[in-house]
Amino acid sequence: MTAPRTVHVEPCMGTVFTIDIRDPGPWDGAVADAVGWLHHVDAVFSTYKEGSDISRLRRGELAVGDADPDVAPVLALCERLADETGGWFTAWWGAGLDPTGLVKGWAVERASERLAAHGSRNHAVNGGGDVQLAGEAAPGRPWSVGIADPFDRGRILATVSGRGLAVATSGTAERGAHIVDPHTRAPARGLASVSVVGPSLTRADAYATAAFARGPEALGWIAGVPGYEALLVLPGARVVATPGLAA
Amino acid sequence: MRRVILAVLSTATGLILLLSFKTHPSTPGAAVSTGTGGGGGSDPTGGASGGGSGTGTVTVTGDEAPTRYGPVQVQITVTGGRLSDVQPVEYPQDTPRDVQINSYAIPQLGQEALAAGNARIDMVSGATYTSDGYITSLQSALDKAGLG
Repeated sequence: MTAPRTVHVEPCMGTVFTIDIRDPGPWDGAVADAVGWLHHVDAVFSTYKEGSDISRLRRGELAVGDADPDVAPVLALCERLADETGGWFTAWWGAGLDPTGLVKGWAVERASERLAAHGSRNHAVNGGGDVQLAGEAAPGRPWSVGIADPFDRGRILATVSGRGLAVATSGTAERGAHIVDPHTRAPARGLASVSVVGPSLTRADAYATAAFARGPEALGWIAGVPGYEALLVLPGARVVATPGLAA
Repeated sequence: MRRVILAVLSTATGLILLLSFKTHPSTPGAAVSTGTGGGGGSDPTGGASGGGSGTGTVTVTGDEAPTRYGPVQVQITVTGGRLSDVQPVEYPQDTPRDVQINSYAIPQLGQEALAAGNARIDMVSGATYTSDGYITSLQSALDKAGLG
């Protein structure tokens, strides 16, 4: 017996998104809607596209009030998370406004909501390594997410399983040291990777970005955030996790 | 309440879980091997047991892996091709910092690695891959099984 499964893979935002629906289909319309949404987010929020709303805001050619209606709420979210993280998450990097540390997670979580609006109760959306899950993988079987080894991404370091979970990982793999300590402006090097687990991928993504910038001390901080847990891989390949992940 | 189960396999302790999608695309099995994980990412050097098809019990002691907190060594037991037990042989407990870190990491290994040995992975979370990097990623392998 084969469980129902609809998989769609979509290159977007310089990476690849996976949509994996575990309800009886067809899901063509729902997938097209979610994919259209992801490309819309890319067109509005990309810091690589000259004509994106964010690029125009950075150049002072556009006011937030005149931008796409999704811009203001995302910037408000960025401000709230900057407050919550004591400035370790920030949308104001050296080169100006850059909400990248949160936008992908936010876009994936919204894509999952769109699939739900089309009637899917059990699905996963993976945005280049940041995962939002809904329902379960199969009747009675919760989703299982493997956390990749930052030193060899062909290996799984740990698995996290549950229903309605989100898992976001920040690290240096592939894109190099691209997260900056907002206080010193130096590339963050205190961790090889950090994965944050919790209900919302928007928050998990922002927390993972903040924790990566902060380094090993972020373990105690995440342990105190209700509903969220973290797994940190130190530069020496040592793995530490918040107590809540100890099942 | 949301139930979160975490299984930790530490590269520093030389445990490596390899997923074998290609031979069993519908039921990914797991193979476990030991290696010197000191710097992370080193090739497995110890004995390995194939996923799902093995019989009997094999116990392997991994090489001692130097970490920034001191040497770490573990012993794993594979029963019927699945990881059935993990015991720390040696881990640092000299300084308060070591004790704190070990209290998070080492005690979880025995219990949680058991879960990992039986884990079936649906999705992979990791640092953002590029479009090219995706092609050779574990996530790509999982997606291929679903794309048929």
